Amino acid sequence: MRIGVPRELHADEQRVATTPEVAAQLIKLGFSVAVESGAGTRANFSDKAYQEAGCEIVAQTADLWEQSDIIMKVRAPEDEEAARLRSGKTLISFLWPGQNPELLDKLTASGATVMAMDSVPRISRAQKMDALSSMANIAGYRAIVEASQHFGRFFTGQITAAGKVPPAKVLVIGAGVAGLAAIGAAKSMGAIVRSFDTRPEVKEQVESMDAEFLMLDFEDDEDGSGEGGYAKVMSDEFIKAEMELFADQAKDVDIIVTTALIPGKPAPRLITAEMVESMKDGSVIVDLAAEQGGNCELTEPGTVAVKNGVSIIGYTDLPSRLAAQSSQLYATNLRHLLTDLTPEKDGNIVVDFEDEVIRGTTVCKEGEKTWPPPAPKLSAAPQKAEPVPAPVAAEPEKRSLMGPIIGVVIAGIALLGLGAVAPPSFMAHFTVFVLACFIGYMVIWNVTPALHTPLMSVTNAISSIIVIGALLQLSSANNVIMWIAAVTVGVTAINIAGGFAVTRRMLEMFRK
Amino acid sequence: MMTQGLFTLPQGVVTVSYIIATILFILALGGLSNQETARRGNWYGIIGMTIALIATIFGKVTDNYDLLIVALLIGGTIGLWAARRVQMTQMPELVAILHSLVGAAAVAVGFANFMDPDAHFEGVEGTIHDIETYLGVLIGAVTFSGSVIAFGKLSARISGNPLILPARHWLNLLLLIGAIYYGYAFVQESAAGGGLNPLIIMTVIALLFGIHMVMAIGGADMPVVVSMLNSYSGWAASATGFMLNNDLLIVTGALVGSSGAILSYIMCRAMNRNFLAVIAGGFGTGGGAAAKGVGEDQGEVAPIEALETAELLDNAKEVMIIPGYGMAVAQAQHTVFEITKMLREKGVNVRFGIHPVAGRMPGHMNVLLAEAKVPYDIVFEMDEINEDFPDVDVSVVIGANDIVNPSALTDPDSPIAGMPVLECWKGKVSIVLKRSMATGYAGVQNPLFFLDNTRMLFGDAKATLDEVLKDL
Repeated sequence: MRIGVPRELHADEQRVATTPEVAAQLIKLGFSVAVESGAGTRANFSDKAYQEAGCEIVAQTADLWEQSDIIMKVRAPEDEEAARLRSGKTLISFLWPGQNPELLDKLTASGATVMAMDSVPRISRAQKMDALSSMANIAGYRAIVEASQHFGRFFTGQITAAGKVPPAKVLVIGAGVAGLAAIGAAKSMGAIVRSFDTRPEVKEQVESMDAEFLMLDFEDDEDGSGEGGYAKVMSDEFIKAEMELFADQAKDVDIIVTTALIPGKPAPRLITAEMVESMKDGSVIVDLAAEQGGNCELTEPGTVAVKNGVSIIGYTDLPSRLAAQSSQLYATNLRHLLTDLTPEKDGNIVVDFEDEVIRGTTVCKEGEKTWPPPAPKLSAAPQKAEPVPAPVAAEPEKRSLMGPIIGVVIAGIALLGLGAVAPPSFMAHFTVFVLACFIGYMVIWNVTPALHTPLMSVTNAISSIIVIGALLQLSSANNVIMWIAAVTVGVTAINIAGGFAVTRRMLEMFRK
Repeated sequence: MMTQGLFTLPQGVVTVSYIIATILFILALGGLSNQETARRGNWYGIIGMTIALIATIFGKVTDNYDLLIVALLIGGTIGLWAARRVQMTQMPELVAILHSLVGAAAVAVGFANFMDPDAHFEGVEGTIHDIETYLGVLIGAVTFSGSVIAFGKLSARISGNPLILPARHWLNLLLLIGAIYYGYAFVQESAAGGGLNPLIIMTVIALLFGIHMVMAIGGADMPVVVSMLNSYSGWAASATGFMLNNDLLIVTGALVGSSGAILSYIMCRAMNRNFLAVIAGGFGTGGGAAAKGVGEDQGEVAPIEALETAELLDNAKEVMIIPGYGMAVAQAQHTVFEITKMLREKGVNVRFGIHPVAGRMPGHMNVLLAEAKVPYDIVFEMDEINEDFPDVDVSVVIGANDIVNPSALTDPDSPIAGMPVLECWKGKVSIVLKRSMATGYAGVQNPLFFLDNTRMLFGDAKATLDEVLKDL
């Protein structure tokens, strides 16, 4: 099948749905890939690079849509794009069917199959195609880069000849993928990072990144974990305690990054106008929820607003501002989805509704609306929440001393009894035997475990010393004994030669 | 009457030769304490054996030299041929079959000695000599039949599953009582000049006991069995030494016997298993806990492709490779070495972590890696590297299962609870190479596969690793 990658029409969109590197892998899956001329230019991928990867460059948008079986895009299709979609084609892009019901109806009516990258179920198997996480990761990183742009000071503390520079203090609200990426980026620039989240289980993740997890003074242990790894709406008391915490923090920190989102709801208001006012001049707020209305009361989506000396960054296109990186990750997510769609690796996609991931991602199939999908089974949850518990304390050997004592006493009595009846010649041999056991014990504990196999083969060879018994009998005048002895000599000779030779062969192989 | 040989060494010289041989054998075992001295140790063993043979042939043997030479030549040739031809993955089988030969020799020497009218004593000495003969044959027969069955299991001629007969413990007890009864009968009859019948009956009982014992033992317990049979072959030699009043046999047998016993102990400790429990057999069949572990829905696994594996390895600084029996089955050790070499050239610190019971005999993995030319100074024992896992970027588990099972430490109900394991899940990423999601020998599901930082690379270990190598 032929994959077409058109140029994004949206004015601020710099990303592209595939990169030359990923296109080469798609071709390996059996697809042919066509890219609209100039599609990757704004993400720093030239037409030439695509050509070198084996893609065809198509000049006309209309031709591309006409000739391709699968269209891969970043943004949801614009009206003119939706009009180009025909029955039998497959479109894969971000779509937000919940927010854009008319678009979904229109696409359904076209008779095409549409897969929404924002609807990939959030289960562990689908992590590799979770484009929302990829984009959130980039947004979190970029949030810190944007903040540093507007923040007039160092992030890291320094002691210089010209005086001491305190480190910047960063508060990250919401420790999801974006929040954690922001924590990592701010931390690596040297800032003091604190974080807050309504889901207590992320505390460990925050602390693993060396940031401080802020706790609420709140009696009930309210757990904010909702379905699919998102947070849910909290009780009024909880929100009150939370707001007091933010008000306190606002006076102290230099940079606030907010990432709080609740699926299907407008973004919660967390930073009020008073809090902004209480912040130091020159402080920065980055509102990653700007598109859903913003976590900060004063956010102006799409631009940077300066209020009371505080820069409030409300960009809604942070991933697109890191176009090369986000294109690459998004393209890889798409490739993973296509890999799952082409089980035969023959370049033909199969939309298999038995597959939970594919079912969840498909929003309409051949003229039939399939959104919303049935609720995903949360399979990995118990595993995820539970960190590997501390090993069960090794139980100390609490064996009673009686056992060994009784054993020693019995062995002693048996030996004494033996000594009482056995002739001296036997006792002489017995002495040798016991001493040899002890020597063996001492020597063998020194053998390195790596050489246990050679140890077995060499002990096997020397235990064939039993050949001496056969040699003694070989000279017997009794024919039966003689022949038994001869056979025994032969058998042990196998053992002697084989044991030593194979030991030698093995030891030759051990090299530094 | 016996004819005189060409010349005869004085008995004193023979005894001194035996002492020298004994010392050389001890040095041979001592040499194995590290890889540098091991080769010299093997030569000590060869020289010791040669001295003992020459001293016996020229000091004790008086006739039938032609037969002697023919037997030595035939046996020696077969032995050398087998040693040259054996694949390193088949070492456990070879060792098992060689053990059976020692057992067979002990039985033969015992019978021949019993039939030899010159070797008869009176009174207490006679009784002790009879008991020695009886014990030598008994241990020899158990070693023989047990080793043959072990050989069959290791070479997959016999199913590796434990054969659990009903009332097997009673059966064992019955065989033991039978052996003791016929021992008593043997001593009684032997004093009166007979005794062949009880000896033969006991031999049959001992053979049955050896078969039954090893049949009941599962695949994962094979290292214990192989080292236990190693030990028995030593005790058989020792008992024969008592019978023949020969100190060289006694000492050598005791050395080998204690060596095997220590190996068995080490293997049992590495599995946190009781020696008697292993011998009693039937691992992973009795407890209900095993069944529970299998049935539980553990969540989903995250598969990975060879290409991504190569990328992960390429970007890692610390890589730990954990080989298991699956690597031996797939013959993947050479590819593993190629990957190791390539990564080390790129400055990645690749190390190997070996669990004591990985494979089918003690030290099996070390031999396989050595065969593939992996330098032994990057191959580490579990205890040496288990604490390093938090710093490891990528752990590659090749065909191993139970030895990397976290439930051994976390789940007190698990059949393998308390067994020390390689804690690879503490590293950043673990890649597990496996043919399918089947459980290991213990029949326990492995929670490692379902952890967030574990990736499953399905397929034949050799084929997938070849692909990884290509992508590096």
